[in-house]
Amino acid sequence: MLLGKVRLTPALCTALRITPSFPGTQIGAAVAHNVRLNASQAAEAVLDKQVIGSTTSTKASTAKKAQSMESQSFAVNMFKGQINPSQVFPFPSVLNEEQTQFLQELVPPISKFFEEVNDPMKNDSLEKVEDSTMEGLKEMGAFGLQVPTDLGGVGLTNTQYARLVEIVGKHDLGVGITLGAHQSIGFKGILLFGNSAQKEKYLPKLASGETLAAFCLTEPSSGSDAASIRTTATLSPCGKHYLLNGGKIWISNGGLAEIFTVFAKMPIKDEKTGEMKDKITAFIVERSFGGVTHGPPEQKMGIKASNTAEVYFDNVPVPVENVLGEVGGGFKVAMSILNNGRFGMAAALSGTMKGVISQAVDHAANRVQFGSKIHTYGVIQEKLARMAMLQYVTESMAYMISGNMDSGSKDYHIEAAISKIFASEAAWEVADECIQVMGGMGFMKGSGVERVMRDLRIFRIFEGTNDILRLFVALNGFQDAGKHLKSLQKAMKNPLGNAGLLAGEVTKRVRRRAGLSTGLTLQGSIHPELSYSGDLAVNAIEHFGVTIENMLFKHGKNILHEQFVLKRVADSAIDLYAMIVVLSRASRSLSQGHASAQHEKILCETWCVEANDRIMKNVRDLKSNSTTQIFKNIKAISAAMVENGGTVSPHPLGF
Amino acid sequence: MSRVLVGVKRVIDYAVKVRVKPDHSGVVTDGVKHSMNPFCEIAVEEAVKLKEKKLFKEVVAVSCGPAQATETIRTALAMGCDRGIHVEVTGKDYESLGPLQVSKIFAALAKKEEASLVILGKQAIDDDCNQTGQMTAALLDWPQGTFASEVEIEGDKVKVVREIDGGLETIKINMPAVVTADLRLNTPRYATLPNIMKAKKKKIANMKPADLGVDIVSRLEVLRVDEPPTRLAGVKVETVDDLVAKLKESGTI
Repeated sequence: MLLGKVRLTPALCTALRITPSFPGTQIGAAVAHNVRLNASQAAEAVLDKQVIGSTTSTKASTAKKAQSMESQSFAVNMFKGQINPSQVFPFPSVLNEEQTQFLQELVPPISKFFEEVNDPMKNDSLEKVEDSTMEGLKEMGAFGLQVPTDLGGVGLTNTQYARLVEIVGKHDLGVGITLGAHQSIGFKGILLFGNSAQKEKYLPKLASGETLAAFCLTEPSSGSDAASIRTTATLSPCGKHYLLNGGKIWISNGGLAEIFTVFAKMPIKDEKTGEMKDKITAFIVERSFGGVTHGPPEQKMGIKASNTAEVYFDNVPVPVENVLGEVGGGFKVAMSILNNGRFGMAAALSGTMKGVISQAVDHAANRVQFGSKIHTYGVIQEKLARMAMLQYVTESMAYMISGNMDSGSKDYHIEAAISKIFASEAAWEVADECIQVMGGMGFMKGSGVERVMRDLRIFRIFEGTNDILRLFVALNGFQDAGKHLKSLQKAMKNPLGNAGLLAGEVTKRVRRRAGLSTGLTLQGSIHPELSYSGDLAVNAIEHFGVTIENMLFKHGKNILHEQFVLKRVADSAIDLYAMIVVLSRASRSLSQGHASAQHEKILCETWCVEANDRIMKNVRDLKSNSTTQIFKNIKAISAAMVENGGTVSPHPLGF
Repeated sequence: MSRVLVGVKRVIDYAVKVRVKPDHSGVVTDGVKHSMNPFCEIAVEEAVKLKEKKLFKEVVAVSCGPAQATETIRTALAMGCDRGIHVEVTGKDYESLGPLQVSKIFAALAKKEEASLVILGKQAIDDDCNQTGQMTAALLDWPQGTFASEVEIEGDKVKVVREIDGGLETIKINMPAVVTADLRLNTPRYATLPNIMKAKKKKIANMKPADLGVDIVSRLEVLRVDEPPTRLAGVKVETVDDLVAKLKESGTI
């Protein structure tokens, strides 16, 4: 955990789903220099990578393409300036009566355990989870929440899991990481990709906590660029096992685990070209295989209770039957595991926020300064209100995505990445403002918030840094939008056969240019009381869609390298998705007449107005020449700093 | 000597700030978190421990109340009770359900189930009555060991260490008997997730007081429920003399 990262290559866009992994050719380099591409070329440019990867398995690839063309993901569609409400409206409600009742029985004992037994301050100062707490958690069943019941686990759905993880996040993120490193990534690979023999062999002991698991991807020279790992696997002459050699760093549970999911590369013959190429494979490695050692626990800023260590593999013999997934398919395994676990972070952090918010509110409601309770002052009110909005958005994202996953969606990678980015930044902001509301009291260790703040910091870094994930969100969106344009381009070749489609698209563009609505609407999906916020969201989607198209025309394949643009596109995508999830949730509360419905309505309205403003600013910036100049300035400033080894200007005093 | 009956009452959770209904007829229960009465948890723990020591064959958890009482029984089952009995009491009957009515139900069930030991919490944290155990013993004409801080089975007798004012009293009583649990008897275990799952398979029988031939009409009428008076602001005094003068004035000294 200080762990798996996403590799920033063109493959980033494709690795998760659509095409067979596409060779790491530099698309950008293939594009003619500074040629102004017309629309169809731009579309083709972004789409070329699809074609490259799919020559061998045309059928499969066509099928997959068709499937992804009809993506039900809201996020995928908003990049095309389209609204697909199926996954977001109404707010998912996936638990049946029995699942709800079971979950209601699970929540109190877990809460009670964390309130009465676990001591987060002690764990933090000991730099480990207390032994008695660890034992308690194992008995509690907390190590096998999603393992099927017939293999000794609790068999929870993603939504049920989210609800329990939220409690853990509220009380102790150090314990959260110990549990998460074990089941959210440590052995998630066995759950997702393991064959039945592997599942039966490993899951029962992992579920009971008898053995702990760890996820081993990151290496000293391979962080965000996960595909560049150097750990090797070599098939033994007898062909019965692989020998693993290499070192992994920052492995959560690395010093405690018995079972490791390890990623290593080996040369594999490319069936198309016949060339030997290094490809990554995932392995299930037992410490008892021999040759597995680990370093001392790392000294960290936060999540100190969670064990983090280097893990070394020295000629570790791994039986061939311990390959996880396909030989050479390790990159996909790694990305799927991370993608699958991201909603859990949003759930945990929504709990963390709830915890610190109640501390801030308690202080604001009781602290008297200048003769009044400080909650009567505007500056404090604004802080509390913003904290509430951030928590509301995060919580809504977590359960929207867990709900989508539980109803069988495979197409949630953009949403999951958005939720991880949003949750980790929202939680940081909320904890920071909680300390600010509490003043000196918040800065003291005794309040416990400084620990939360330290614990939170890593969430913006691990499991794919937020910076890389922003690129991931933007590039995936661009890719789908590019495909959409490509299909239009195809239709152009047979205008008569596709008259309907073309007429629609032409009308849409003409109306947009004339500043008229293109007919997109959220009416019917959202509660009438939220129609103004809904109009803002539609407005934002239209402008966002146009911006995406313009950026594709402007940059073509080079969009891959336009990180200033990508960052702003991702920021807007995050704001947009956030608007939609709160619109959906507040609509449900209004329709069901919840006691809190009016409160949720104003949370939603406030969020939507401000998010729309931010999106419109990004849209304007991406069109403006002054922003282009700013990008150039930023490049120049950074280059000068690197040249100088730090700041450039001399001291104002001259020495 | 084979069966323990243990009572589990569903009460407003101890951490909830209780509010009185505007019409002063009772306290607000709608939408309020409920859980098992803490003294009942201790009773369950003791019963389960006795069973684990193989001193009894079966532990039966009983709760009287509306449908939600089954949630409390499920918790008891997850803690290790073998089966549950839900005596369904709803509406007006539930509102007026007091120690006498519940003890009649328990007495009837103790006979029906041929229990050799009935363990109850010494009191519930909602009404603080502290009567059900005593009344049950009286109705059954069984010996009682109340406020237990230690329970030991010796053949067909129970040795009970009782918490009494200023010390402990050790008594030995014949079974069948009624025991009520005090705070220090044990530390109840947590219901773990795997045990909650196993509890799903355990059976809860549903019956009405009438099925047991019990009359649950109450002769008590609640006239009014009020919040405790709010504490009034104090006054500051400048000197010790002022303080003494004020205290004398108010007749405190």
